[in-house]
Amino acid sequence: MTQLALVIDLNVCVGCHACVTSCKEWNTSGTAGYMSDYNPYDKDPTGTFFNRVQTFEVGEFPNTQTVHFPKSCLHCEEPPCVPVCPTGASYKRELDGIVLVDYDKCIGCKYCSWACPYGAREIDENQKVMKKCTLCVDRIYDETLPESERKPACVLACPTSARLFGDVNDPDSNVSEQIRDNGGYQLMPEWGTKPANHYLPRRKTNITIHRDELTRVDNPLNKERQLPMPDDDDQTLDDIMSW
Amino acid sequence: MHPAFSVIFLTTLIGVGQGLFLALYTGQLYSVIKVLPVQDSPGFYGYGSLLALVFLVGGLFSSFFHLGRPERAWRSAAKWKTSWLSREVIVLPAFMGTTFIYSMIHISGWNPVLFSLSDALVVDLSLFVGGINMVLAFALFICTAMIYACVKFLQEWATPLTVVNYVLLGMASGFALSTAFASYVESDLIHFYGGWAIVLTVAAFITRSASLIRNNNIKYKSNLSSAIGIRHTSIKQKAQGSMGGSFNTREYFHGAKPSLFKSIKWIFLVLAFVVPVALLTSALATDMFILFLLAFIVQYIGLMAERWFFFAQANHPQNLYYQSL
Repeated sequence: MTQLALVIDLNVCVGCHACVTSCKEWNTSGTAGYMSDYNPYDKDPTGTFFNRVQTFEVGEFPNTQTVHFPKSCLHCEEPPCVPVCPTGASYKRELDGIVLVDYDKCIGCKYCSWACPYGAREIDENQKVMKKCTLCVDRIYDETLPESERKPACVLACPTSARLFGDVNDPDSNVSEQIRDNGGYQLMPEWGTKPANHYLPRRKTNITIHRDELTRVDNPLNKERQLPMPDDDDQTLDDIMSW
Repeated sequence: MHPAFSVIFLTTLIGVGQGLFLALYTGQLYSVIKVLPVQDSPGFYGYGSLLALVFLVGGLFSSFFHLGRPERAWRSAAKWKTSWLSREVIVLPAFMGTTFIYSMIHISGWNPVLFSLSDALVVDLSLFVGGINMVLAFALFICTAMIYACVKFLQEWATPLTVVNYVLLGMASGFALSTAFASYVESDLIHFYGGWAIVLTVAAFITRSASLIRNNNIKYKSNLSSAIGIRHTSIKQKAQGSMGGSFNTREYFHGAKPSLFKSIKWIFLVLAFVVPVALLTSALATDMFILFLLAFIVQYIGLMAERWFFFAQANHPQNLYYQSL
């Protein structure tokens, strides 16, 4: 079964908020109605967002890492927000595993937001219904767009490709490969919600070189035993010739 | 969590309504098996259950203020298979309807005998309808409490004690009101109800204290490390993704000063349990209506504080993403 999801690479996220603004721009312009803002140009601006980027400082100076942490609906495989919804407005699509809210059925009781341990849902203070990330469901299937653009707005906006989009249940997909190869993990696994979105941890790029790899194994001179191998501290032809 | 007054009123008012009906029906049931004297049917059971209905209507009315889209409230009966909230939405009107029928049977006096189990045990219509309504009353207590108890990561709520507390607190306040009502109509059940009101209040005090002790020693399953998936003992939040706050910073934090938060706990313990028991005891000794009424009013105010504390104390794991609040 298909489970579309995002994989967010914390190793390359620079915290630029491009995903936040492009998400807001795309989704506030959609047919589902705008995402309301209050005091947008004033003191204490607030509003509805599907995606937010937070910043954490890990460790004590001088051994610190700044981790930018984009946070949106994780499209859980066992979404705790869905069964609690009294109207059926919250649902998980069989087709692709996206968790959605039917804004025409939602009564704005906020119970689903209580039942989400991640705080991924926000009530729209104007429309008075619960809103959340849709994985740009109105964009990823839009055949009027070129195929390369049939991705969530946040993924397209990310300048460092920290956001990957794909089917996490397909073992050959790019996202599955990334999760496998780079230690992708889920948030709060202790609650058994099985989030579909994964995060890739901060990692150092190391390469291990052994001593024997510094020597050219297939050196023809060495192979033919015409000349003895020079000692390591001896001058070689390369040292004399280089400038 | 941020305590919403609509939900505080809803849960406390319907609790009183359910408790009052259960008190009245217990009186009727006991009179059938000749443990208690029979009461004046319309004046006592009839108007008494109408009074219970007033509280239920008040609770239902208040619940609409919790909804963003109250005009769509009817939709919430759809998912009763999975949602306790949906079940409550079905059971509450059913309970209200049956309470009204029960009341009308007594007031109209049209109360045919349905069958008799023995010469002494005659089941009439009011007893039958009341029996169904008693089941509904307990079902409603369970639905209301399970709305909170079923959210497993709100660890302060996810305990059977939540259900026990909702049942006992609702019944205690309902029996306290029934005592005042019995005193007002000068029924001879004052001491029966008063005694039970004290017993239920003491029982509720024990179970509510048990949940307070449990919540004091709670071990949270989630921490900042599991929330963002970074294993380190020192993680400081530098930005939380919004400047002027968001739904996340408003809905999940009670926003009260720690001193106020702590004092509410002691206020509700005194007002919901200690003072009502003292007032009821002295009222039972003096048989003064005003003291019975005062006992109920004080206990109701105490229960509102109790409900406020119940919500405020629940610590949502999403708050881990908002460390600087």
